[in-house]
Amino acid sequence: MATGLAIPQSGKDAASAFDRKRRLKLLTGLAVAAAVACLPLVVTDVYAQNIIILTLLYAALSQSWNILGGYCGQISLGHALYFGTGAYATTILYTKFGVLPWFGMIVGGVVAAAIALALGYQLFRLAGHYFSIATIVIAEAGLVLVNNWDWAGAATGIQWPFVPDSWAVLQFNPRNKLPYIYIALAFASITWLTTFSIETSRWGYWWRAVKDNADAAESLGVMIFKSKMAAAAISAFFTAIGGAFFAAFVQYIDPESVMNFQLSLLMALPAVLGGIGTLWGPAVGAAILIPLTQVTRSYLGGSGQGIDLIVYGLLVMVVALAKPEGLSSLFTSRKAPRA
Amino acid sequence: MTLQSIVQILASGLLMGLIYALIAVGLSLIFGLMDVVNFAHGEFLMLAMYASFGLVALTALDPIVLMPVIAAVLFTVGALAYVGVVRLAMRARANLGMVQIFATFGLAIVIRGVSQLLFTPDYRNVPNVWLGGRTIPVGGIYLPVPQLAGGLVSILAFLGLWLLITRTDFGKALEATREDAGAVALVGIDKNRVFTIGWGLGAALVGIAGAILSIFYYIHPDVGLPFALIAYVTVALGGFGSVFGALAAGLLVGLVEAMTATILPPSLKSIGIYGLYLLVVFVRPRGLFGSL
Repeated sequence: MATGLAIPQSGKDAASAFDRKRRLKLLTGLAVAAAVACLPLVVTDVYAQNIIILTLLYAALSQSWNILGGYCGQISLGHALYFGTGAYATTILYTKFGVLPWFGMIVGGVVAAAIALALGYQLFRLAGHYFSIATIVIAEAGLVLVNNWDWAGAATGIQWPFVPDSWAVLQFNPRNKLPYIYIALAFASITWLTTFSIETSRWGYWWRAVKDNADAAESLGVMIFKSKMAAAAISAFFTAIGGAFFAAFVQYIDPESVMNFQLSLLMALPAVLGGIGTLWGPAVGAAILIPLTQVTRSYLGGSGQGIDLIVYGLLVMVVALAKPEGLSSLFTSRKAPRA
Repeated sequence: MTLQSIVQILASGLLMGLIYALIAVGLSLIFGLMDVVNFAHGEFLMLAMYASFGLVALTALDPIVLMPVIAAVLFTVGALAYVGVVRLAMRARANLGMVQIFATFGLAIVIRGVSQLLFTPDYRNVPNVWLGGRTIPVGGIYLPVPQLAGGLVSILAFLGLWLLITRTDFGKALEATREDAGAVALVGIDKNRVFTIGWGLGAALVGIAGAILSIFYYIHPDVGLPFALIAYVTVALGGFGSVFGALAAGLLVGLVEAMTATILPPSLKSIGIYGLYLLVVFVRPRGLFGSL
């Protein structure tokens, strides 16, 4: 009988197995980043490179959303507010005060995190659907206000000045997509690394505890409110960085293009598709969703036919229904959790 | 501002509020029944408006006359949405809340895409409606006839809903399922049937609202979005699941919107509603009439 029982691993063995797994994850991440970095050598078409940039951007944005929505379980449908904050902070500081976008980006991130903390103070008392709907309403209110903010261009938006290629102000010839690919890749890598390192930190465990059973977590000493606030601030910070990058990339912003409700949805969807609350979910989801929507839009979406919307909606619906753990669960050997 | 214009603002706000309440009550009903927020609610409204447009073109009758047909069409849409999508979403073993949100969001996007494909993104309006563009002078103020009829229909619909919930066997089954969906099976109530009819009913109510709206509002595939947003605010304000809350909150939203529109420029008119909503929700996280 005794031989049939598994010998309990000693703490040291378990720890080293854990470290091995972490190292493997990190190496996988490095390999994927390296592969993506080589991609422009093969893919030289400007249209295709544009899709790569958007895919990386949404992988990063969705990774940021995933910190609050996936790990901590607070489904925000108003992240467009933070995206817009980053885009507007960077654009206003650059076009009106000549502040370099690199600084504007950080300012935007900090402002967005501050907004997230101020809002979270009130919002995190709301449960479930009440929270999600409040985030929609607040983002929508932000959109209406910016639409009427004359100094910031109101509904017309703000155009970035045309300048020669420059890393300092993040402006490049429209046919030269390489710098943007590498900036977007760096951004996606940073959000991935952030998630990777937080995943196994105290915050990471607290977030998952809050998501799974907040009452039980609280009784074990998890500080629920603080956990949610931390997740919201980090999530908002990176989302704003994404907004700042987007502004520099498209060189023109208006409230509809950087604060629209659809954007909030688009940030959540890759994570949902790939696997909510998982390290690779947002990247896997973005790699499927963004090329698919871009291609269907340009081949089927002309003259407003709506086929692109149908494909996109069906995909979201089918994945949500058929694979609630997300597609990245296909790659892991972990057994499905028992209900 | 004269007394007359104040009364005018209040009256048109209340009339619009009744229509907002009618749009919102189906959403609230479904949530109360099974804790699911239907994120395709705005698309249901849009379908109702197109149904009105299409049926008017086909039969040359008036939307007011066609209202029961439109409600029936939407009942079918709602029941199908439950059977085809939501029923499956309820079975999810992981991330249940998230699955419900994104399954109905996916449905909303598909419905919008199909509408663009079939109806094109062009703006349309129902031609030659009986009530269109008329006003009635009442005690020195002018009431638009379409909104007046809409308000009246809304009151009747709420009355009918109240009778249905309190006086019929189905109403009792609805209440029982809302209390405990597991236990009702023991007394012979088929919970799936109640849910299907509940979704049909919720959609039929927004169908009636769509028929009314089609009289005085333009129709296009994205028309549902702003109304859905108002409906979510209304339902959250009144308290999810509360039918009376939806009515009270709808009236409040209509009033506040009308008042905001006179004080601020038109492009800022929704700020009043959003502000009111946030104020209420921060003080009472489950809305005015939501159970705590």
